[in-house]
Amino acid sequence: MDAEIATILAMDGIASGAIYLLIGLGLVLIFAVTRVIFVPFGDIAAFTGLSLAALENGHRPGTVGLVAVLAVLATLKETALLVRTRELHRLPHTLLFYLVLPLAPAAAIWFTTGSVLPMPLRIVLALALVLPIAPLLDCLVFRPIADASVLLLLTVAVALHFALDGLGLLFFGPEGVRTQPLTETVLDIGGFIVNAQTLLIVAASIVFSGLLYLFFEFTLLGKALRATAINRTGARLVGIRPTSTASKAYLLGSLLAGISGVLIAPATTMFYDSGFLIGLKAFVGAIFGAMASYPVTALGAILVGLLESFASFWSSAYKEVVVFGLLIPILLWRSLSLGEVEEEEAEE
Amino acid sequence: MALLSIEGLSVAYGKVEAVRGVSLAIEPGQIVTVIGPNGAGKTTMLNAAIGLLPWRGRMSFEGADLARLDVEERIERGFCLVPEKRELFGDLSVADNLLLGGYARRRDTAGLKQSLADVYDRFPRLDERRGQKASTLSGGERQMLALGRALMAKPRLLLLDEPSLGLAPLIVREVFRIIASLRELGVSILLVEQNARAALETADFGYVLETGEIVHSGPAADLMHDPKVTASYLGGH
Amino acid sequence: MSPLQLRLAGLGVVVLLALAPALLSAFSITLMNFIGIYAIAVLGLVLLTGIGGMLSFGQAAFVGLGAYATAWLTAKQGYSPWLGLMLALVLAAAVAAILGAVTLRLGGHFLSLSTVAWGIAIYYLFGNLPMLGQYNGISEIPAISIGALSLADSKSIYYLIWALLIAALVLAANLLSSREGRAIRALRGGRVLVESLGINPFRVRLVTFVLSALLSAISGWLYAHMSRFVSPAPFDVTVGVLYLLMAMIGGMGHLAGAVVGAAIVTILKNSIQDWLPRLAPGASGQLEIVVFSVLFILLLQRARAGLVPFALRFLPRVQPRVPIAEPALDRRLRPARGTPLLNVDGVLRRFGGLVAVNSVSFEVKAGEILGLIGPNGAGKTTMFNLITGALAPDQGRVHFLGQDITHQPQRQIARAGIARTFQHVKLRSSMTLLDTVLLGIYGRTSSRFFAGTFGLDRSEENRARAEAMHQLQRVGLDDRAFELAGNLPLGSQRLLEIARALASDPALLVLDEPAAGLRAGEKAELAKLLTLLKAEGLTILLVEHDMDFVMGLVDRTVVMDFGAKLCEGTPAEVRRDPRVQEAYLGGVA
Repeated sequence: MDAEIATILAMDGIASGAIYLLIGLGLVLIFAVTRVIFVPFGDIAAFTGLSLAALENGHRPGTVGLVAVLAVLATLKETALLVRTRELHRLPHTLLFYLVLPLAPAAAIWFTTGSVLPMPLRIVLALALVLPIAPLLDCLVFRPIADASVLLLLTVAVALHFALDGLGLLFFGPEGVRTQPLTETVLDIGGFIVNAQTLLIVAASIVFSGLLYLFFEFTLLGKALRATAINRTGARLVGIRPTSTASKAYLLGSLLAGISGVLIAPATTMFYDSGFLIGLKAFVGAIFGAMASYPVTALGAILVGLLESFASFWSSAYKEVVVFGLLIPILLWRSLSLGEVEEEEAEE
Repeated sequence: MALLSIEGLSVAYGKVEAVRGVSLAIEPGQIVTVIGPNGAGKTTMLNAAIGLLPWRGRMSFEGADLARLDVEERIERGFCLVPEKRELFGDLSVADNLLLGGYARRRDTAGLKQSLADVYDRFPRLDERRGQKASTLSGGERQMLALGRALMAKPRLLLLDEPSLGLAPLIVREVFRIIASLRELGVSILLVEQNARAALETADFGYVLETGEIVHSGPAADLMHDPKVTASYLGGH
Repeated sequence: MSPLQLRLAGLGVVVLLALAPALLSAFSITLMNFIGIYAIAVLGLVLLTGIGGMLSFGQAAFVGLGAYATAWLTAKQGYSPWLGLMLALVLAAAVAAILGAVTLRLGGHFLSLSTVAWGIAIYYLFGNLPMLGQYNGISEIPAISIGALSLADSKSIYYLIWALLIAALVLAANLLSSREGRAIRALRGGRVLVESLGINPFRVRLVTFVLSALLSAISGWLYAHMSRFVSPAPFDVTVGVLYLLMAMIGGMGHLAGAVVGAAIVTILKNSIQDWLPRLAPGASGQLEIVVFSVLFILLLQRARAGLVPFALRFLPRVQPRVPIAEPALDRRLRPARGTPLLNVDGVLRRFGGLVAVNSVSFEVKAGEILGLIGPNGAGKTTMFNLITGALAPDQGRVHFLGQDITHQPQRQIARAGIARTFQHVKLRSSMTLLDTVLLGIYGRTSSRFFAGTFGLDRSEENRARAEAMHQLQRVGLDDRAFELAGNLPLGSQRLLEIARALASDPALLVLDEPAAGLRAGEKAELAKLLTLLKAEGLTILLVEHDMDFVMGLVDRTVVMDFGAKLCEGTPAEVRRDPRVQEAYLGGVA
């Protein structure tokens, strides 16, 4: 391996690391706020890429059907809850948040099917289409068991991934797709030929991590999310509603995952089930940060990307083995640095 | 109409009933105290009243049935709890803790600004420590921050759970002075305390809770000199 | 149901199983074979996840490891399947030991996540290693033979599968009713209790993880020699989740749940494969996953206990075996009355800016009851945790029986002879009173996993059971020995905790607010018991808030306030002290 190849591999690694980084930040966020290890963020990223590809070809993305099914189920569940607690006066609120808003982007796509929209609009539509999926899943799947143990929530999250996997095939079909490149510019930086797409990925992940930092540091909502993560009871006692905080966290995490989907789809062929591995690699990054630290998660994600890139040069067949094998030394390091974790989980 | 009315409140943890058939009422402008030894069920009673625990019985706040309001709706209506463990946001600054205290009325920007100024006025120590993380505060400062955070919600009724817990005597005195002064703001208070003397000194009316049941009640001044109350603390029944 | 009836019922099941190949179609026997093979792997999962509380998604990977190990050794290298079994077991145990050593000290979800990652890594390894046939797998695996008898057809391997399953069930049941098995059952619900009983939770977890991997390896070995072919697909993480689903449907907390769950899911899978293609031609494979995932999520949301506990409600209860008198377990040498037992010297502990315990010193002498009292927030509980090792002091030293225990872990302090109870009662609600007290005897007995599994621990176990019964009698709960701890009222739960503590034959009993929340009658009963124990010469440190309760009982009291020692003396002296009155009733504002 000479320096040039090493540079190319490093660039590649940083680019895929930047993608894992965005999803990893979402994982840490959701875990802090809801204690759910939301495995399906990888699926959200893949669905975004697949939706964008469909829009490019003037097709109606399968996501429309998925969102419609979830929105109807969630609306039915919430309405039933209102009937039971005799709070039907809140029905308009429920209809707006569980039916109208989630379906608005889907409706927009429904009416523009056939015409090929300009790229920025397509990207915005694809993101908007995918955003409601995680909050709706949260409402249907996690809210009824919000107080359950971390392990139970994790089991549910893994089962949910497999449900989404199957639904993905149903709604998107088995074909792999690649979206149009966001830019085809090639830059020459001091003798190195760099793809502008790669720079765009890195820039996007820096910008969005920065925005996330500003959001947490300077907005009331960001502080409310942090407060919930620090002290759930304390948050309830100042009137921060856990269900709505969770929905907002899921929206935010989905946005990050969606953006990573948009960024990755031109570079890698996306299938309905591509999300699992992407999500799990983001996870390895998040475990670096012990599911708690954003900066360490970011570093971990980049490291995973680099490792994957160099491993695939060595042997592309074994790159997954290497990346997931990496988890063992990380966990060993974590185990030594954190010591035994004190946890008092309720008996069930 | 009573501000808070509780009738036949029972709270159970699994099969263990920690509070059994408690009834009490707080009129607007009153300071009412519930005193009793450790393990009597005082904290359980407050946690149920604020909606953190499931309960049986009837409770209403300003006539509204509490069975139909969740914690957040209680806060929005000005019914707040300062819990025994304070439940501060340790990693956030003092200023952010206070800011979040006003979360339930976040649209009332002008009012919040005023409340924040009032809190800093009332607790100059918090003003000095604005930028410090809550976890670095001393015990007394934490209690002040917990009180300040609750005041940011503009409460009409404050439930205070052992505000003197673990505080040095001088600071206890300060805390009770502040509690008494809240009355002037039009805040009614339900004060749960082990520090019986100070609590009865401050309150208008008192209840004594033992093993989940109310065993005595009466005007605070009367309870203070009641030998039965002394006995339930120091023994010698 | 009496033990004899139970044995007869068991015999009936075995006879039915033995007759099955004669009665059932070949297809049904194949189905039964799959059920048996799955059930062995799921049994490991029940032990690990349902009973031990460690969630694993990697069970299928261990099954795959076993299957590939034997496939490679037999089909590629030409060795006997029995050597294949050895290799499968050794590999699975080694991998589990390494994974466990790395993850089991961390929070529960780290283990689970690492099992996902390990499941994926091994799947790709199977799929890419040329020596394992890559994605084409390994075919022409020989059949198992016992002597001259070849188990090539499905009706003959059926007997091996079910014999192994029954053996595994019996051994697992043995284990769970042994010393280490009770430790496994105590794991769920937190480390503090387990450590306070002198149990090393890490070791127990690690062995459980290895045991569960061994069961998977056996399952994989059977799978390879039944199918005669292995490929990566049946060992995917999806299948790991399917195993979890089986355990969940059957009932995670019961060994029988493994068989019931494996049967239901296998049959369900089979019938879904029949009707799904009619519903959605072309997509049935994926729809099957959706159906199972949604079913799984619904079960997790609504019926976590599974079928077996539900069915048990309708079955007659098995009469428990009442322990009979046995030669008593050895007891610890007791220090002479009046000699110093515990010495706390200038102990200080900070939490952030708060000094919770500020340079406190006192001594407990053998044979006395010392009351450590003070108002709420005085630092009593912190002091308690410093003595029992749940916390370490920032300054100062604690000596027990002349030995420095300041920085020793909880379980060693427990082994040294300090037994404790908890202010917020810590019991395992689904264990019987007898089992709860047997947990306390852990440190006095020595049978390990092997002895427990193969029933070599019976004489020690009988002595332990007799001792536990004796301790229950001491606190007056012997007539309820076979009820579940969770069904007792709070007062009796406190007494049960004392019985558990007494069962460890402690030199010092430390009680954390035993009277808190008790009714007057229950308090009187507790006081009576403590007086009795004192008369028997037991040393007790009573951390209490309730002055009334303390005063009649103790020889001496130490009063704490604001983290510091306020005064020390007889109950009467202390009660007269104006500082104590002020501390308790509060200064006038």
